[in-house]
Amino acid sequence: MTADLVIEAEGLVKTFGKTRALQGVDLAVPRGTVLGVLGPNGAGKTTAVRILSTLLTPDGGTARIGGFDVVRDAERVRQSIGLTGQYASVDEDLTGRQNLELFGTLLELGRSGARRRAAELLDWFDLTDAANRPAKTYSGGMRRRLDLAASLVGSPDVIFLDEPTTGLDPAKREDMWDVVRSLVDNGSTVLLTTQYLEEADALADAITVIDHGRVIAHDTPEGLKRVVGGQTLEVRPSDPAQLPRTAEILTQVGSGAQADEVRKGVLAVPVTDDAALTESVARFATAGIAVTELSLHLPSLDEVFFTLTGRTASEDDTTRPTEVAA
Amino acid sequence: MSTLTDTAPTRSRALSNSAPNPRPFRLVRHSLALAKRSLIKTWRTPEALIDVTLQPVLFLIIFVYVFGGAVAGSTHDYLQFLLPGILAQTIATGAIAIGVNLNTDIAKGIFDRFRSLPIPRSAPLVGAVLGDVVRYVIVTVSTLAIGYVMGFRIDTDLFRAIAGCLLAVLFALCLSWLPVLVSMKVRTAGAVQGVMFALIMPLSFASNVFVGADTLPGWMQAFVDVNPMTHLVASVRGLFLGTPLGNHVWWTLAWCAGFVAVFMPLALRAYRKKI
Repeated sequence: MTADLVIEAEGLVKTFGKTRALQGVDLAVPRGTVLGVLGPNGAGKTTAVRILSTLLTPDGGTARIGGFDVVRDAERVRQSIGLTGQYASVDEDLTGRQNLELFGTLLELGRSGARRRAAELLDWFDLTDAANRPAKTYSGGMRRRLDLAASLVGSPDVIFLDEPTTGLDPAKREDMWDVVRSLVDNGSTVLLTTQYLEEADALADAITVIDHGRVIAHDTPEGLKRVVGGQTLEVRPSDPAQLPRTAEILTQVGSGAQADEVRKGVLAVPVTDDAALTESVARFATAGIAVTELSLHLPSLDEVFFTLTGRTASEDDTTRPTEVAA
Repeated sequence: MSTLTDTAPTRSRALSNSAPNPRPFRLVRHSLALAKRSLIKTWRTPEALIDVTLQPVLFLIIFVYVFGGAVAGSTHDYLQFLLPGILAQTIATGAIAIGVNLNTDIAKGIFDRFRSLPIPRSAPLVGAVLGDVVRYVIVTVSTLAIGYVMGFRIDTDLFRAIAGCLLAVLFALCLSWLPVLVSMKVRTAGAVQGVMFALIMPLSFASNVFVGADTLPGWMQAFVDVNPMTHLVASVRGLFLGTPLGNHVWWTLAWCAGFVAVFMPLALRAYRKKI
């Protein structure tokens, strides 16, 4: 074991009936870093997290958290992990405060310790005003914050976040990202699953891409983007007659490729750095070209999968059942 | 969300050097904390108490006034005879709810959170069972209260009356491991209800709850004589009314021990296996 790896998994295998959810997955997360596990529905992300958090026993392979085996030393593992996912949830009939105090009591913080920790977390997650309302009255974003707060009651070293932002609107997503960043600043090690390359890119030190229960790529965000292509700048000029001139400017600010009309009236060009966005805005202004749409985005999961596997991620959804353990 | 950018109040727990289980009686303490959770839920949803409040009232009124004259010659005599039986029957059907609730709870995912915590795996189940004691106390109180209004009177003394109530609550507490087991084995809350009803109905009707066992055909008497419900009802009758107790209290306690000895380990095993 490498001393610095807090999460290690080798050759994890898990089968549910005929569905082979994991077919030999290796994961490694050094202390104080974030691993993004990227994959579509049914790829095996949730199964992997459930094995690492001792909820499931693997059919093959081994996994250790902080050096403790997730099967043999499950009890020790549970002392150092926090788990947040759609399944590891809170009690909807209890208030936010009652939930956090219950977990504090179960984690041996003592009565006053549990109370103090609950107040701290409610304050941190901006839930103090809603603290005495049953959790079922919370909005989606508040529920996610409470779920996450519940997994932090014991100040865990290792935090599993299973699709923490799926279903959240973009502003709420950014809030959640800030939370994850501050957890890492405090020394926690995080394993995060996501369906968004953008999210993995924003948070992770390394990204493992899994598909059909296998690891199909492992790299830094930069390395992965080099493979799958970086950002794309998309522009829709207000006047379709301006398309040729717009294309000319885009080709100049882009990373060398010709600007393409990807949809009717929308031009796209690959770019290498964020400055291309501001530069293009300035050039359009000088040239007197009005635009109705201007956006910079990373490849979608579909595009990533197309590049890595030669087929799209969403194709599988029709031919395979969705994640069994979800 | 301005506060989110503040420093997280997280003191990372040492991974390796904290020995597990530092404090004693973990199962007891954790189960009690989780029983408190059940109580809060019960308190929040009073409509879930209908089976333990309204049912004994309806059963007493209907059976006493519909059958009392025919079965016992007078409604008052029948009320004296029937009340201990209705108490036993409602407390047994009241135990079904824990299976239904657990089945829903597990589907919602809070149990996955419990399973990821360093607490005894059985604590959430033990806590849920203990939390339901309050429901059984409510059954007992509401049955006795409506009975009193209708004219039921305890013929013994306070001490024996309380012993009768405690015996009924203990019976439900031990029996509830059966619905807990069923809730782990079937898929939906509705199925738990169905299976449990099919198990509890014969126990409560093929017994001495409504009529004395001596009027029944011989083959059914054989079943009635071993039916745990019969022993409970005879015990409560004896403790409330002074009728002969025989060995019924001992048989009831033996059945209670049997329920726990058989169904609790099976339920815990099924719980561990459930995903």
